[in-house]
Amino acid sequence: MTIDDLTGKTGEWLRGEGAMSDVVLSSRIRLARNLADRPFLASASQTERTEIYRTLVDEITQTPTGADAMVVDVDDLDTVDRGILVERHLISHQHACGEGSRGVTISPDETQSLMINEEDHLRIQGLRSGLQLEAIWDDINAVDDAVSSRLAIAFDQDLGYLTACPTNVGTGIRVSVMLHLPGLKYTKEIERMARAARDMRLAVRGLFGEGTDAVGDFYQISNQTTLGKSESAIREAFSNRIIPKIVAYERQARETLIKKRTVKLDDRIWRAYGVLSNARRISGDETQSLLSPLRMGIHLGRFDRFGIAALNEMFLYSQPAHLQRLHGKSLEGQERAIARADYLRERIGAAT
Amino acid sequence: MSTVCQICMEAKATVHISDMAPTKRDRHLCEDCAEREGIIVKSHHTTNEILQQFIKQKVGLVTGDEFKCDGCGMTFRDFQSKGQLGCPQCYESLSPMLLPLIERAHEGHTSHVGKAPMTAEPTVRRQVGLVRLRRELQDALEGENYEQAARVRDEIEALESQ
Ligand SMILES: [Zn+2]
Ligand SMILES: [Zn+2]
Repeated sequence: MTIDDLTGKTGEWLRGEGAMSDVVLSSRIRLARNLADRPFLASASQTERTEIYRTLVDEITQTPTGADAMVVDVDDLDTVDRGILVERHLISHQHACGEGSRGVTISPDETQSLMINEEDHLRIQGLRSGLQLEAIWDDINAVDDAVSSRLAIAFDQDLGYLTACPTNVGTGIRVSVMLHLPGLKYTKEIERMARAARDMRLAVRGLFGEGTDAVGDFYQISNQTTLGKSESAIREAFSNRIIPKIVAYERQARETLIKKRTVKLDDRIWRAYGVLSNARRISGDETQSLLSPLRMGIHLGRFDRFGIAALNEMFLYSQPAHLQRLHGKSLEGQERAIARADYLRERIGAAT
Repeated sequence: MSTVCQICMEAKATVHISDMAPTKRDRHLCEDCAEREGIIVKSHHTTNEILQQFIKQKVGLVTGDEFKCDGCGMTFRDFQSKGQLGCPQCYESLSPMLLPLIERAHEGHTSHVGKAPMTAEPTVRRQVGLVRLRRELQDALEGENYEQAARVRDEIEALESQ
């Protein structure tokens, strides 16, 4: 399996399936793990770093799920291929821009990716579309057990899993749910939601995680506390309380838009369609902000020129790395904006 | 200077640079595009906000040099500047400084609840096992169940010799 095989399809988390998929784009869980007998990366030498990388790749590929995984040496990749992995949410931005021996193993269906030498020696990540935390947990818990039965993992009886940064110590778990909240955005209730979430010690971020803006009305909600709360308690809070509550607010906001601002809502949706299907040059941010009302429009039955699958494809392929991959060459500024508009017109033409 | 980003043609350009090679040209980009182009690297430490705050408050109080890890030699001051620890042993060596910080970052929690590695950390497994077995031995002796006590004693000896 190669990066080329990945770019031919959209990946599991963009299937548009799973619970509450009208609002929940995707769910993710990651576990931070470190080898017990090695220094953390901040004080590891280049040699140690390479040894850690080799050890982990060797052992991971001998586990049941690791056997058919694609092993990618991120250090060897060019910028576009690194970008492809970031845009597909298989590695973090930090991992793409890092230095030295590092990599990722990716399951064929892209539901599991194991980042090696990111901030911690190992970050086991599971990703699925919609709200599917239990399914993800079953997958990555098994991977974690398989890895930890082969390698001694840094663990302390009192503090739990020892991580490079003390903010992850304990379970080392981060549960993140990506929500599409245009309703709350248009009704100007989004800040209130974000504040309430932050009061509950949840992090609210943009599409690509830490330090990014809420492009296309996507908001990622994740836990920050990793010590003193079990993995199941955190999942339970997300699956049964936090996410259903936000989803209910979002659905309510969408209902309000339909009832009280019908024309304004439809105008927004159809204007977005007009621009996307006619623009001659368009930025990535503008594309995302126009795809947002269309996504909502499809779910509300107010837009029918194409469905979620086509929309998710445009969502993915209009991003810089995928776009350049599609064109088979690197595109600079204006060129890229033109290529994006060309792609969108063509894709919409094929779908309608 | 208030120009629009040359790449996205949308956001305000806040990053201004002059490329010298191959030809001299001025570039005006927004922060996001500059980051995507690999010109700047934005901070990825929003998770560590609480930590950073706490570290700043502590900087005035101690030099941080008096706490040094036995395992990797990292001092608390090193940790303050890097934001990351040097090795698993750091948690123990730097614990007087770290524990209050951990408590603060995790809503007051200081002990782990959740899963443990399968075979990893045999010492911990052994300790947990020994604690349990010694208690069993005590119970067996108190109940005058000498056969059981002998069996438990053998188990303890086996674990201790590992
Ligand atoms: Zn820009
Ligand atoms: Zn150390």
